[in-house]
Amino acid sequence: MTAPPSLPAPTVAGLARGLARGEYSSVELTQACLARIAAGQPALNAFVTVTGEAALAAAAAADAARASGRAGALTGVPIAHKDIFCTEGVKTTCGSKMLADFVSPYDATVVKGLKAAGTVMLGKLNMDEFAMGSSNETSFFGPVRNPWDPTKVPGGSSGGSAAAVAARLAPAATATDTGGSIRQPAALCGITGIKPTYGRVSRYGMIAFASSLDQAGLITVSAEDAALLLGPMSGFDPRDSTSVESAVPDYTATLGDSLEGLTIGLVREFFDKGLDGDCGQRVREAIAVYEELGAKVREVSCPNLPLSVPTYYVVAPAECSSNLARFDGVRFGHRCDSPRNLADLYCRSRGEGFGAEVKRRIMTGTYVLSAGYFDAYYLKAQRVRQLISADFARAFGECDLLLGPTAPTTAFGIGEKNDDPITMYLNDIYTIGANLAGLPAMSIPCGFAGGLPVGLQLIGPHFSEARMLNAAHRYQQETDWHLRVPSAWA
Amino acid sequence: MEWETVIGLEIHAQLATRSKIFSGSATAYGAEPNTQADLVDLGYPGVLPVLNGEAVRMAVRFGLAIGARIAPRSVFARKNYFYPDLPKGYQISQYELPIVAEGALEIVLDDGTRKRIGITRAHLEEDAGKSLHEGLPGVSGIDLNRAGTPLIEIVSEPDMRSAKEAVAYMKKVHTLVRYLEICDGNMQEGSFRCDANVSVRRKGAEKFGTRAEIKNLNSFRYVEKAINYEVERQIELIESGGKVVQETRLYDPDKGETRSMRSKEEANDYRYFPDPDLLPVALEPEVIESLRATLPELPDEKAARFVREHGLSEYDAGVLTASRELGAYYEDVVRRVGRDPKLCANWVMGDLAAFLNRDNLEVGQSKVDSAALAGLVTRIVDATISGKIAKEVFETMWDGGASADAVIEQKGLRQITDTGAIEAAIDEVMAKNPGQLADYRSGKDKLFGFFVGQVMKATGGKANPAQLNDLLKKKLAG
Repeated sequence: MTAPPSLPAPTVAGLARGLARGEYSSVELTQACLARIAAGQPALNAFVTVTGEAALAAAAAADAARASGRAGALTGVPIAHKDIFCTEGVKTTCGSKMLADFVSPYDATVVKGLKAAGTVMLGKLNMDEFAMGSSNETSFFGPVRNPWDPTKVPGGSSGGSAAAVAARLAPAATATDTGGSIRQPAALCGITGIKPTYGRVSRYGMIAFASSLDQAGLITVSAEDAALLLGPMSGFDPRDSTSVESAVPDYTATLGDSLEGLTIGLVREFFDKGLDGDCGQRVREAIAVYEELGAKVREVSCPNLPLSVPTYYVVAPAECSSNLARFDGVRFGHRCDSPRNLADLYCRSRGEGFGAEVKRRIMTGTYVLSAGYFDAYYLKAQRVRQLISADFARAFGECDLLLGPTAPTTAFGIGEKNDDPITMYLNDIYTIGANLAGLPAMSIPCGFAGGLPVGLQLIGPHFSEARMLNAAHRYQQETDWHLRVPSAWA
Repeated sequence: MEWETVIGLEIHAQLATRSKIFSGSATAYGAEPNTQADLVDLGYPGVLPVLNGEAVRMAVRFGLAIGARIAPRSVFARKNYFYPDLPKGYQISQYELPIVAEGALEIVLDDGTRKRIGITRAHLEEDAGKSLHEGLPGVSGIDLNRAGTPLIEIVSEPDMRSAKEAVAYMKKVHTLVRYLEICDGNMQEGSFRCDANVSVRRKGAEKFGTRAEIKNLNSFRYVEKAINYEVERQIELIESGGKVVQETRLYDPDKGETRSMRSKEEANDYRYFPDPDLLPVALEPEVIESLRATLPELPDEKAARFVREHGLSEYDAGVLTASRELGAYYEDVVRRVGRDPKLCANWVMGDLAAFLNRDNLEVGQSKVDSAALAGLVTRIVDATISGKIAKEVFETMWDGGASADAVIEQKGLRQITDTGAIEAAIDEVMAKNPGQLADYRSGKDKLFGFFVGQVMKATGGKANPAQLNDLLKKKLAG
């Protein structure tokens, strides 16, 4: 197939400049995106809903705003939202049959913020069902394919976001990360992903999977793009008690600062025997770039980090078993045909509405919270979680940022890991720690192994997004991995 | 065989906040179904709870009023179970770390002795909605107006030994929450209700018997009846060789009996865990102290003061402090009259209470306000009218809304204190009843009352009783 014309600039920053200079209108840019989405959909299945008409109307409004001198930095820039964010009047499916026909009556705070900044919504992106998965294969709407190799998964749960940005169907996309759901797909698709500090971005209107771990973020081409988009979606939200009242800096202001004197910690536990040799090599090459940029590199240890996967698979299912109880067929979402009684309504609505992975996690979570098991599982996991947080805190006493691989391997084949949930879960072994500790983390492309992208992970102390974004930006000024586009989508 | 009853109560008091505990919806009672439920109350995908600070302040004030420990850090937990009127599939409550712990109240027993009832804890939680079945054949309707209404659940120690004690305790809590203005106390609307844990044991036994929990009692009368029924049921069961099982029971007020709802085995495993959507409630000592400063004079303090300052009996003081409004009404009457607080008390507890009761009114709705009653009592004290005439005046005031002076004037009820006028009336009565006069003078002292009555009748009841007494005695003596 031949890809439709490429977008006029590779990044949001570039497109924003083009719009500002009047090189093209938002309507033209949006049309170009919609054409690429239409072409990409059969091959990639990145979108669940495309809101073409509304997008063009919003683009026209953005152009009008610009004409009357009321344009901001992002006015008229098209983006797409992961289908976990509620969008008023637009289907919000969360990748599930349960919500296949659910039209949200309100906008998530993230959606509102980006709308207020002038961005134009192209549509809603495919994802693992209720964000539970690492391959985007659990979506009720079918798997998303990796633009670098359509036989491979894009990663998950934000697989649609990653594939759409990697194939340049959308210049940028929102995403969410509970255990790596932004960073792992960003790594597998060769683009940039950021999960901010827990509490930096409001969770209001973001359909909950595991409330103490969920965090909204971005999948973009570059760190600069992430810096541009993160501001408008961040900040305290009176509707989310866990969002933090802390001023939002201009993340672009510190881009380009020198890395001289920055201490980067290499987490020993990240370079374990599970890490693919070539992937490890690409990460080591990236470390050399940082040293050239003036950063000091030292090894640090987070001894409890290897416990993060079992800890996560107690805490996250526990919270999800409760969060998903509201999908009972009574008020919204899937409802079974002619229920015989209340129990039948519950059992069949939920039995039919949820997929296998969601059910597995609801059952796991129900089990670990049950009388007689709570202490052994849930409480113990919470204690380990504190130990992991303490490990990170200690590490940040010695360094400014941590660095390691994002995922143990490059993208794996569709269907390859479906038989064994544990192998699938191990894909998040390097990313889960940041969620358990609430830390900001990023994945940026650092090369290829066997023709597939490899991701480099940066983790920072709480609210160090600006420092982390700058470190990623400086690396991206020295390398062009983030600008590589799969040939079919060039 | 002698048995001892052991009772503990879990009282649910709806907090009188304007909006719900985790959403901005109104809490007013009686609106059209589902008109006071927003997306948060409906448990829509993506919504989050935000704690209503006023509910926290109310809970703290309750805790301070019962001398409890206020937790510097309390935690909301999710109580997970499925029910159609529970939109999220869990109720947000407090479990391991409640906001109020270890308080107590005193009740007065029949013999006048005081008894301390321990309060284990009081925690904040949200109410569920309501399932409606009437007029909906084959289906159930769900009204979520009540979902998310703030409640404080007050859990007592198993300190009560009879249904009467349980009612006395519940009334005490009822009085207190209304004093604190944290609950309207309306039991018909379900703003104040309780679950009773009831067990029996042989007198002298140390171990508690197996308890049954009677759910959702929403009147003092039902509490008493349900407990008494349950106690009898349990004793009969044990005495006939059976065993009480731990279970939840429902009271049927029509049949006057309790019946099993679900056994311990069928009980839900609620899978409590801290709600990750809400931060722990942290209360600085200064915040707690500033709330302490907002506490009104509490019922026990007020009653003690009434005894001390107004010379009332403990019983009268207890009655007059049963509600903050009644106490305020009484004190206003006393302040305006300026003397004889006992007479003021008699009027408030007597005629006023009787009329309020008859017309089913609260003291705040009284047709004779405290200023008007003070006006009436003042006229008794200054001998303008007698106590007996005052009752007539009061009734007219109640029905017509006029002041005591206006009624006295209009009806010519001013007391006759003119010696000449009273003497004239006496002379007339003596002249009309020569036989009785002769009998009296021959030693039938009891006829004195007859003459008082006749003179009163002749004066339309207006003769000053003390003067009449003196003058009559002299005249009859000849």
